[in-house]
Amino acid sequence: MSLNIIVLAKQVPDTRNVGKDAMKADGTINRAALPAIFNPEDLNALEQALRLKDANPGSTITVLTMGLPKSAEVIREAIYRGADGGIVLTDRALGGADTLATSYSLAQAVKKIGNYDIILGGRQAIDGDTAQVGPQIAEKLGIPQVTYAEEIVDLKDGKVTVKRRLEHGIETVVAPLPCVVTVNGSAADCRPRNAKRLMKYKYAVSPSEKASLPEEKQALVDGRPYLQINEWGADFVEADPQQIGFPGSPTKVKTVENVVFTAKEARHLEGADDAGIEDLIKELITNHTIG
Amino acid sequence: MADKNNLIVYCELDEGRVADVSLELLTKGRQLADRLGVKLEALVIGSDLKGIEDQIFPYGADVVYKVDDKRLYPYTSLPHSSVLINLFKEIEPQIALMGATCIGRDLGPRVSSALHSGLTADCTSLEIGDHTDAKTKKDYKDLLYQIRPAFGGNIVATIVNPECRPQMATVREGVMKKEIYNPDHKGVVVDLDPAKYVKDEDFVVDIIDRQIAKSKVNIKGAPIVVAGGYGVGSKENFQLLFDLAQTLGAEVGASRAAVDAGFIEHERQIGQTGVTVRPKLYIACGISGQIQHIAGMQESSIIISINNDPNAPINAIADYVITGNMEDVVPKLIKYYKKNSK
Repeated sequence: MSLNIIVLAKQVPDTRNVGKDAMKADGTINRAALPAIFNPEDLNALEQALRLKDANPGSTITVLTMGLPKSAEVIREAIYRGADGGIVLTDRALGGADTLATSYSLAQAVKKIGNYDIILGGRQAIDGDTAQVGPQIAEKLGIPQVTYAEEIVDLKDGKVTVKRRLEHGIETVVAPLPCVVTVNGSAADCRPRNAKRLMKYKYAVSPSEKASLPEEKQALVDGRPYLQINEWGADFVEADPQQIGFPGSPTKVKTVENVVFTAKEARHLEGADDAGIEDLIKELITNHTIG
Repeated sequence: MADKNNLIVYCELDEGRVADVSLELLTKGRQLADRLGVKLEALVIGSDLKGIEDQIFPYGADVVYKVDDKRLYPYTSLPHSSVLINLFKEIEPQIALMGATCIGRDLGPRVSSALHSGLTADCTSLEIGDHTDAKTKKDYKDLLYQIRPAFGGNIVATIVNPECRPQMATVREGVMKKEIYNPDHKGVVVDLDPAKYVKDEDFVVDIIDRQIAKSKVNIKGAPIVVAGGYGVGSKENFQLLFDLAQTLGAEVGASRAAVDAGFIEHERQIGQTGVTVRPKLYIACGISGQIQHIAGMQESSIIISINNDPNAPINAIADYVITGNMEDVVPKLIKYYKKNSK
């Protein structure tokens, strides 16, 4: 059975590796210094999609992302790894969206794609860590959700069997298609780029990106439809202006503060200072912290 | 006009017990409800719920709603979502709180989407306060401040939901303190008819296998925590931390980097995406001190940092800094403890 698979992906700043160079003199984060990466758990989701495609020849994987026009980078990356194509949902009107407005916008794009069997995405994105968009899209589409997926065990007869990783164990569920499955970081890693695909799709670009290519490359893209990454706006997916972007977001950020920890006056010891370490242990025993 | 609608806590069940995270939220919920002058309500959905209210009332709930049906345990997304969506339309709570667990983080977003209400995940603090919209200049009284780290823990944001109700938030286990409000406190039990809140069509996802282990790890309640970071270097080196923990009667914790590197299981992760701990002694071994980790242990009474980098960020919040390799220092701690104890 060939499947129509949608993978939700997000381009995120790499918040996991905030190195010293990313800190400004005042202790705040220099966001521009953080590289934009493929959200890690979305790669785990892509791998599950690719496995479904391997097992069901003729299936197609469409990657959907919402963000700035440069988010086409994640679609290209997914194509190099085996996805068939993708859509960048990008529009100034979508800016300032919270998870609910984001889910609504993405659900509208999913409806526009239409005729899907399964929607896969990472459990959460590392810039927000909310894990809300997957279940909210499922609700907007009126379909079931399976979160914290570690492995798609089986897909047949209109049903998908999924192993979920919970706090204290594993649960296996069977859900009817179509449904949304959000994939955990504990799932299999995504396969690397395929060298042949990298060659073939090197010039896969969105219309915004195409505009900055030299003319002969533009002509090349025009002649090869498989190199065209779609770019959709809010009107194209028939989004209600009241439900997108800042106006469509029930949550508002009141204040944002940089985290600054008050430094304490610490007592310093060297690892080789046995007497000092013994004194410390004695002190902790005396004041009943240990023992 | 201040909102006089109530505050509700979704109580998660674990083998017939109300989960700790829910009791922690009831404790926080009681404080917030008192501040607002409203009732604290609790909702329990599951099967064989007879007497479950006895676990909830001591934490200060005024009302316990129960939805009892054998198909409602273990948790599945759609039936529990339907109960919350239908009940919230009826009783219109101003605030709804749930655990930031695999259940709460599955349920919360689905409910918030259906009700078009704002939801803030993984709050580390909840307060009541006023708000003035920067654009419209409209004033709002007594909103729920949903305070959470963002951007990998590098910033803390205060989120409000000015217009939409309920104001929803999830909180991780161990972040709020669990405290008995009054052991003799009693409230009202309201048994809800499952058929009125859940449709048969909601039961479309079947659980065919469940292998849930009783948690062996209790870092949240441990008086002493020995935690390892990426600097521990290997799974084998973590054994040293277990040796120290056994000597001191401590639990072993870890930073996200150590968990991601596969040195140790996720259950032991401390920090913004793990548990929050407040032990009397925290021994950090080979932990550099990413903000997301510090957020989960900074309230420890005494912090010892063992690191070969004298400039490790965690040293800034430590009481004692031992500069050296943890492979050398940890055995010394064991040796001198054994020598000097009793």
